Amino acid sequence: MVRRFGDFSDSEDAVQEALVAASTQWPAEGTPENPVSWLIHVASRRMTDRIRSEAARRGREDAAAADRAVAVAPQTEPDAAPGHDDTLVLMFMCCHPALTPASAIALTLRAVAGLTTTEIGSAFLVPEATMAQRISRAKQSIRASPEPFRMPEGDERAERLRSVLRVIYLIFNEGYLTSTGAELARAELAAEAIRLARIVRLALPEDPEVVGLLALMLLTDARRPARSDAASELIPLEQQDRTLWDREAIEQGAALLAEAVARGAVGEYQLQAAIAAEHAKAGRAEDTDWREILGLYGLLERMTGNPMVALNRAIAAAMVDGPDAGLALLADLDERLEGHHRLHSTRAHLLEMAGDTEGAIAEYRLAADRTNSLPERHYLTKQAAKLNERDVP
Amino acid sequence: MKFMLLQDYGGVARDVPPMSEWAPEAIEAHIQYQKDLNAELRERGELVEAQGLATPELAKFVVSNGAAPTVVTDGPFPESKELLAGYRLIDVESPERAIEIAAKGSAAPAHDGTPIEQSIEVREVMGPIEH
Repeated sequence: MVRRFGDFSDSEDAVQEALVAASTQWPAEGTPENPVSWLIHVASRRMTDRIRSEAARRGREDAAAADRAVAVAPQTEPDAAPGHDDTLVLMFMCCHPALTPASAIALTLRAVAGLTTTEIGSAFLVPEATMAQRISRAKQSIRASPEPFRMPEGDERAERLRSVLRVIYLIFNEGYLTSTGAELARAELAAEAIRLARIVRLALPEDPEVVGLLALMLLTDARRPARSDAASELIPLEQQDRTLWDREAIEQGAALLAEAVARGAVGEYQLQAAIAAEHAKAGRAEDTDWREILGLYGLLERMTGNPMVALNRAIAAAMVDGPDAGLALLADLDERLEGHHRLHSTRAHLLEMAGDTEGAIAEYRLAADRTNSLPERHYLTKQAAKLNERDVP
Repeated sequence: MKFMLLQDYGGVARDVPPMSEWAPEAIEAHIQYQKDLNAELRERGELVEAQGLATPELAKFVVSNGAAPTVVTDGPFPESKELLAGYRLIDVESPERAIEIAAKGSAAPAHDGTPIEQSIEVREVMGPIEH
């Protein structure tokens, strides 16, 4: 394979895939006359698939995913024709309630998105062997569970769909929130999450939250080119060069959002998408309709009760009614978010707006000491340093 | 041979203020220096992993005897300067090369642009039995 195609790592993956196919097909259909040439033939076919264009890849995915369903889940309907429903069932299996989010994410990327274990490992900065073991344990948990390989029904189906959407959103966030090192692998994760949401949408075109999530991810990912500088340090929303935003993604996201809203039922992802769309609409940071955003955060907070949403609402309130209004909202969060770095960074930001430089510096430093993200720590430390420099020239 | 290069929160003999009191450009220069060093090691095929750790404020010490409830001690710790700030795991041809890399890490720019002279602990990672 290496002689034929030149690329060692891709060849290795293709051969591995052929071996997986053999392990499921040979016991059922019998060992072929010439096993080695069968393997090379199948591996070459996989390799040709890999070399094809991105567009072709999307189409192939459904079939490949349906193929792998056999390997992942107990086989109950071997004769069913592969289609969108099968992909969806596979996704329901991968986001099984018996699995931790980390396992569900890994399994979904492997079995549905078709990423290799190497790719998944490098995206999560985990050794390949560890990732392989995580995936294999996830498959075992599913096999051990009484849950059959079928489409869940009724309430259970709605519940399971929520976890599918959550896993997709977690994959997206892993990819979107930049981390040190393997940044390319991370951008790939965000793209995979968007592709997964598109697959779910093919199977469930009527569900407004599926459309809402897809819109949210497109609208958020559109900012990627403006989110970090050449040294991959974070650039906050209000300082981003908005001409770098991906207009096509924004238009697509906004159209999808309109479609979801027209269906009536308002959900969490749609609200978040609506907020992202408001930001996308503003040509300059000062054109942002903060009053609208404040209203949307209010709805979202009532729906989710999430204190992180309350933090964002405080920022929106500060933009509409001045920093004191925002700071007053933060005071209510002290107990629920005690010591959380985001509470400190939000308060720092609002104190800075209010002109309390000393208070802002102290809060930026507290936030920098408490974050577990390196780019964020760099950003917060620099914010404190900038104010410090202005204060004590 | 693999080496762990360890860096704690103390280890700077000179009088260097905490980083949030540096000028923003000095912070950027320091961070860029570390990134460039990692990029150089990666290009040469010597970098296994480089990570910064969350601050001592988030550190915990855990003791268990396997039966009684686990004892977890939160900060702040009086010896927080001895806590690890970050590490580089490198795979190099010789101990000399490990020292060369540690020296480069030690000479990252401080608040005033001069080398910070951070002390770096160099520890060889134990390997399999050699025959």
